[in-house]
Amino acid sequence: MIPLFEREFVKRYGFLSDDEFYDALVICQSLPGVIAVNFAVYIGLKLRGRFGALVSALGVTLPSFIIIMVIATFVFRHVDNEYVVAIFKGVRVSVIALVFTAGYRLFIRHRHWYGVFIAFLTFTLVAIAYVHPFLVIVMMGAYGYLTTKIAEVVRHDAS
Amino acid sequence: MMLLKMFLAFLGIGAVAFGGGYAVLPLFERIIVDQYEWFTRSELLDMLAVSQVTPGPIAINSATFIGFTLYGVVGAFLATVGVVTVPVVLISVVSVYQQRFKNSKAVQAIFRGLRPALAGLIFASVYTLSGDVMIDQWSYLLFLLFVLLLVKFKVHPIVVILLSAVLGLLIYWP
Repeated sequence: MIPLFEREFVKRYGFLSDDEFYDALVICQSLPGVIAVNFAVYIGLKLRGRFGALVSALGVTLPSFIIIMVIATFVFRHVDNEYVVAIFKGVRVSVIALVFTAGYRLFIRHRHWYGVFIAFLTFTLVAIAYVHPFLVIVMMGAYGYLTTKIAEVVRHDAS
Repeated sequence: MMLLKMFLAFLGIGAVAFGGGYAVLPLFERIIVDQYEWFTRSELLDMLAVSQVTPGPIAINSATFIGFTLYGVVGAFLATVGVVTVPVVLISVVSVYQQRFKNSKAVQAIFRGLRPALAGLIFASVYTLSGDVMIDQWSYLLFLLFVLLLVKFKVHPIVVILLSAVLGLLIYWP
């Protein structure tokens, strides 16, 4: 989706410069939510204020909103069909594989001990200890903040 | 009342949906499957598969799907609005203080912890979801094949899902 945004907004229409695009990307990735929607809202806001944000948010969500509703109407209607059951037995495995691959790609970008420790701790807390993911997300953000601050203080004292 | 509950559930999911994609799965599982029992894990997976082959972000698509299945068009609308509301408000605020946010040491420090946590969250979902899915030797064999195709040969996710549908039909032919 990101290259598509760059082609349309930077190269084709010139709504944003290269630097502005990069800044926007950093912000949209750092905030919660889907990058595509965040980006659309950001650009809409920048170009046409609140109304622009509303229009671009609608623009980016409406097509899939309609498509999903059309598909949803058909999919669960045939859920008792034996052939559909067989198909979904295979499809579920591919979804697990997709999720695993997404986790793996994120994981190999954080192979330093700090990242591996946090990933392992998060996994254990959510999957084994059954702590609420909401709480774990807040905890890990706080952990990142505190450890970085402590490291800063220690470095400051040493020098 | 149930509509309001569903809206609030998605509002909460949207507020902490860092990374946007599969990292929201543990939240979906905990709230939609365990807490409210609106769907089973298998049903959640089926909806994810459909959301993945449909254009548009997975988190939004699955919110629309879940809302629609529960309460029709109104449900779909409320779930989708719910999941984007907090991010949209945050974007509007942050875009005003853009430079300060970008250079903020505190934000960078928080993300040092959050980014690797997203990988842990995704693996947690693999672990908890696979119980209902890895039912025989075939599932493990298929899993290895699909991961190989995705990681090693960079096959497009949609192709892998379509392949899994064909293989599922052949293997589990009634």
